[in-house]
Amino acid sequence: MNTESLGTIFLNACLVNNFVLAYFLGICPFLGVSGKMETATKMGAAVMFVMLISSMCAYGIHAFLVSIGAPFLQLISYIVVIASTVQLVEMFIKKMSPALFRSLGIFLPLITTNCAILGVALFQTNKAYGFLESIVYALGAGAGFTLALILIAGLREQLEFADIPKISKGTALTLFIAGILSLCFMGFAGLGA
Amino acid sequence: MSNDNASSKEKVTTTDEFIKGLWKDNPVFVQVLGMCPVLAVSNTAENALAMGLATAFVLLMSNILVSLLRNFVPKQVRIASYILIIATFVTVVDYAIQAISVELHKSLGAFISLIVVNCLILSRAEAFASKNTVWKSIFDALGMGLGFTFALFCLGAVREILGNGSLFNISLFSEGFQSWIVMILPAGGFFTLAIWLLIINGIQTRKTKS
Repeated sequence: MNTESLGTIFLNACLVNNFVLAYFLGICPFLGVSGKMETATKMGAAVMFVMLISSMCAYGIHAFLVSIGAPFLQLISYIVVIASTVQLVEMFIKKMSPALFRSLGIFLPLITTNCAILGVALFQTNKAYGFLESIVYALGAGAGFTLALILIAGLREQLEFADIPKISKGTALTLFIAGILSLCFMGFAGLGA
Repeated sequence: MSNDNASSKEKVTTTDEFIKGLWKDNPVFVQVLGMCPVLAVSNTAENALAMGLATAFVLLMSNILVSLLRNFVPKQVRIASYILIIATFVTVVDYAIQAISVELHKSLGAFISLIVVNCLILSRAEAFASKNTVWKSIFDALGMGLGFTFALFCLGAVREILGNGSLFNISLFSEGFQSWIVMILPAGGFFTLAIWLLIINGIQTRKTKS
């Protein structure tokens, strides 16, 4: 067990070791969905929810796998849990709000291959977090992911009409913005110490 | 993924399948797939090469198996079964690397396990291996895997040379060299990839013009 307080875990996961800007996890949706502010916010919320559920499940699975002595099944069972959680969320959103379901489109099932979610599950196992700590860690990571997504979506909306060289349009520009944001987030280093 | 439809309509040889992954449809520079490991472990050339080869191996094995099973897997559960196939091989690679070099395993960290969610592998399984013969899938996987490794190496080499003043841990500059710490940091990964994309874009636009 480690001795970090819950607040430190949250701050670390959210700002200091931001999942997108410091660990490079979840770059695919980060580049794909960050064109518009509105979709970015909703995507962030969906990812955060899936993260929370899968992190709780991962805690249970890890305890179970250790008790039966089969840690090599860890990766496979994590990914199955994440895939089924995404399926559940998909059905839930479809039932509760068809409009939101349509606006998220293909990106909803793609949450399965969002490495940030598997990353949370793996890192919390590596760091030997308890149940409560895992939940806080997942919440922090989700909040950090949403924050990065919203920040970059806002910047990209502003840059839509900017006059930039033709070859730097698209991914290259987004990567430059992400690089600068990543530099900014380095300013948080030491905050959670 | 859309690039395949265009090329598979024409008659393509296995060599074409191989070449296309290396340059024309390079997974990193052109399709922008599998970005997470590309940025995360490309801080030294050695890490980048190891990661690239590990991914290429998983890609090759999963392409072979998916292609062999393509007539047996029901359509509704295909994605789930692909992910299971990929996860199995990633576990194999994870344990293999741990056996070969504990140090390397430590520096790559959780990113070996994260090969599972590399969109490149799933997209090749879905877009190519599930529709083509084993033979073709092998070449597709080899081309894509090597293309991925090549791209990773490009990034890793630049970042290590500028950020550490060395290549494969061999020092390149004299004592006075002031290393650019920023290149080793996450921000450097974003910048290096962005600049590589600029260069590739520039070459492509010049080509289409002439």
